[in-house]
Amino acid sequence: MAPAPALLTPLLCAGVRRWPGFLQKAALGPAGQNGRMVTGAPAPAVSEPQDSYELQSRILNVPLQHSDFFNVKELFSVKSLFEARVHLGHKAGCRHRFMEPYIFGNRLGQDIIDLDQTALNLQQALNFTAHVAYRKGIILFVSRNRQFSYLIENTARDCGEYAHTRYFKGGLLTNAQLLFGPTVRLPDLIIFLHTLNNVFEPHVAVRDAAKMNIPTVGIVDTNCNPCLITYPVPGNDDSPQAIQLFCQLFQTTINRAKEKRRQMEALHRLQSRDSEGSATSSAPDKSHSP
Amino acid sequence: MAAPCVPCGRVLSRRLSHAVRASLCRRPGYWTTSAFDWQTGPRSQLLKLIHTTVVTTKKNAHVSRQQSYTQEFIKKQIEEFNIGKRHLANMMGEDPETFTEEDIDRAIAYLFPSGLFEKRARPIMKHPEHIFPKQRAIQWGEDGRPFHFLFYTGKQSYYSLMHEVYGKVLQLEKHRDPLSEKTEFRDLIGSRWLIKEELEEMLVEKLSDQDYAQFIRLLEKLLTLPCGPAEEEFVQKFRRSITIQSKKQLIEPVQYDGRGLAFSTGTGRRKSATAEAVVYEHGSGKIHVNGVDYLLYFPVTQDREQLMFPFHFLDRLEKHDVTCTVSGGGRSAQAGAIRLAMSKALCSFITEDEVEWLRQAGLLTPDPRIRERKKPGQEGARRKFTWKKR
Repeated sequence: MAPAPALLTPLLCAGVRRWPGFLQKAALGPAGQNGRMVTGAPAPAVSEPQDSYELQSRILNVPLQHSDFFNVKELFSVKSLFEARVHLGHKAGCRHRFMEPYIFGNRLGQDIIDLDQTALNLQQALNFTAHVAYRKGIILFVSRNRQFSYLIENTARDCGEYAHTRYFKGGLLTNAQLLFGPTVRLPDLIIFLHTLNNVFEPHVAVRDAAKMNIPTVGIVDTNCNPCLITYPVPGNDDSPQAIQLFCQLFQTTINRAKEKRRQMEALHRLQSRDSEGSATSSAPDKSHSP
Repeated sequence: MAAPCVPCGRVLSRRLSHAVRASLCRRPGYWTTSAFDWQTGPRSQLLKLIHTTVVTTKKNAHVSRQQSYTQEFIKKQIEEFNIGKRHLANMMGEDPETFTEEDIDRAIAYLFPSGLFEKRARPIMKHPEHIFPKQRAIQWGEDGRPFHFLFYTGKQSYYSLMHEVYGKVLQLEKHRDPLSEKTEFRDLIGSRWLIKEELEEMLVEKLSDQDYAQFIRLLEKLLTLPCGPAEEEFVQKFRRSITIQSKKQLIEPVQYDGRGLAFSTGTGRRKSATAEAVVYEHGSGKIHVNGVDYLLYFPVTQDREQLMFPFHFLDRLEKHDVTCTVSGGGRSAQAGAIRLAMSKALCSFITEDEVEWLRQAGLLTPDPRIRERKKPGQEGARRKFTWKKR
């Protein structure tokens, strides 16, 4: 989980620039509260802002201590990926040079993707998505394949996030202030289910997200360029079963992360009420069961 | 004038000034007296005003103009409009509670008579929702998250509509009986699809022609599948009824003369000839023009054929008697005028379908062609003077 905290701090700093109110408190949190015990003796009544301050830092920092806080490993296995035909790539002639490390081999002219690497990358990507969803980030699903456009829009709507499977207008990310309004908030994560557009060229959003410092997760097939994508997931993006599997995985992780966030907030609200109330009551034992 | 009218006048002037100011701002350049020229000289300290054009190419001009119509502003405008409406009703001596929009229009036309030809330049007093264009409220909440899941596409209403229709199509295709190959025929006569402007107005979004075409194509595809009542209702939202042209045709009432014979009158005009025709229901095909038989009045066969055309078209050549008077124009114009008058009179004795046939044959349409004026520098309307090379 090495990349995750390193990437989250720029996210936090970017958030500070973009959305000062909420994230700034979290940014200042790690400096002071890192070594504090979570369950301690009932503290004396502290002033309200300081209390919510450490509450927020606790909610936001605790998941970062674990390597797989949301247990995304259990959502899939190499066997399930194989059954969903994620390992099938394009023909050898369509192979992209930078995809060669991810390719296991070639059978009868068709490239086979290495599912061990896929599993690793997918776990990292899902974990990152879960963390972004936990921190109430905006997630945008992008794809330009018309066959799965309806499915992806439904997936996005069901997990309460956003989708863009239509014609991508020029300055959507880079010129958003003009297109939408001066106080618009850009997505905090972009998930590409198809990295190429309808003429087999890299989607404009890949480059624009990199320009705007927006992290990306992308399913890269053997004819795609994985360079500018933060968390590439080598896999098949042409079979319906594979795309359905990926949509289910993303939907489950996002829902799980949001549910976890609600639980943590409820728990901490309860705890702060208890600690404020009586001095003699012991703090309830908190279990971090995912 | 009395005191109550003053706020109304202010309301009106403000509305008018808004319209005028908006129309001024829309033009790219406007005349100002911004430049001054110092006349250098021993004694002259005059300022000479020079009129110059100032081209307003401010980058975010359209953004700031849109932002000027905030919710509070619109609300204030609506309040002022309502107060002004009550004052106007008082002025006209009518009940303020039941003062409708037509009454407002009539009152304004009475109080501010304007001789301007352009109807949109005349003083108007309308509800602010008709004057200020409909705008969208801010699309995201306090935390910055947009409300609609397709917000980042740019055209959220249009794409969500397409998404919905496509979902319906998929559902119908799934539930369709795979053996039945027949396509449904629905009676769509009498209604038309929304035009692009109407759709834009409905969605409060700008669309392109291709978007609109895609949308109509998708709806037509939906209609080819077996639809239930819910889908029919959904599609009807995007259709508008059209009035059938023939229903607008005025049919003259049948009159009875002293002897009990049924007849009908009609008038017609062509170029500068006017005619009035009286067609009797029962007759033997005699036509009298200005008291003379048509064989004598129109020596040329072509004119007589024009007169016979409506009857020949309906196979009623020797069934009606016609008496008509005509004046003005030449022989061909008079013939055309009588033909139109006769056709109009004949409408009272025939069925609705036959009236529609007459209309489609062009017998009920007055010919709009008139003599074109002569222009200076030319010999006639089109003929130029003889061109001499040198």
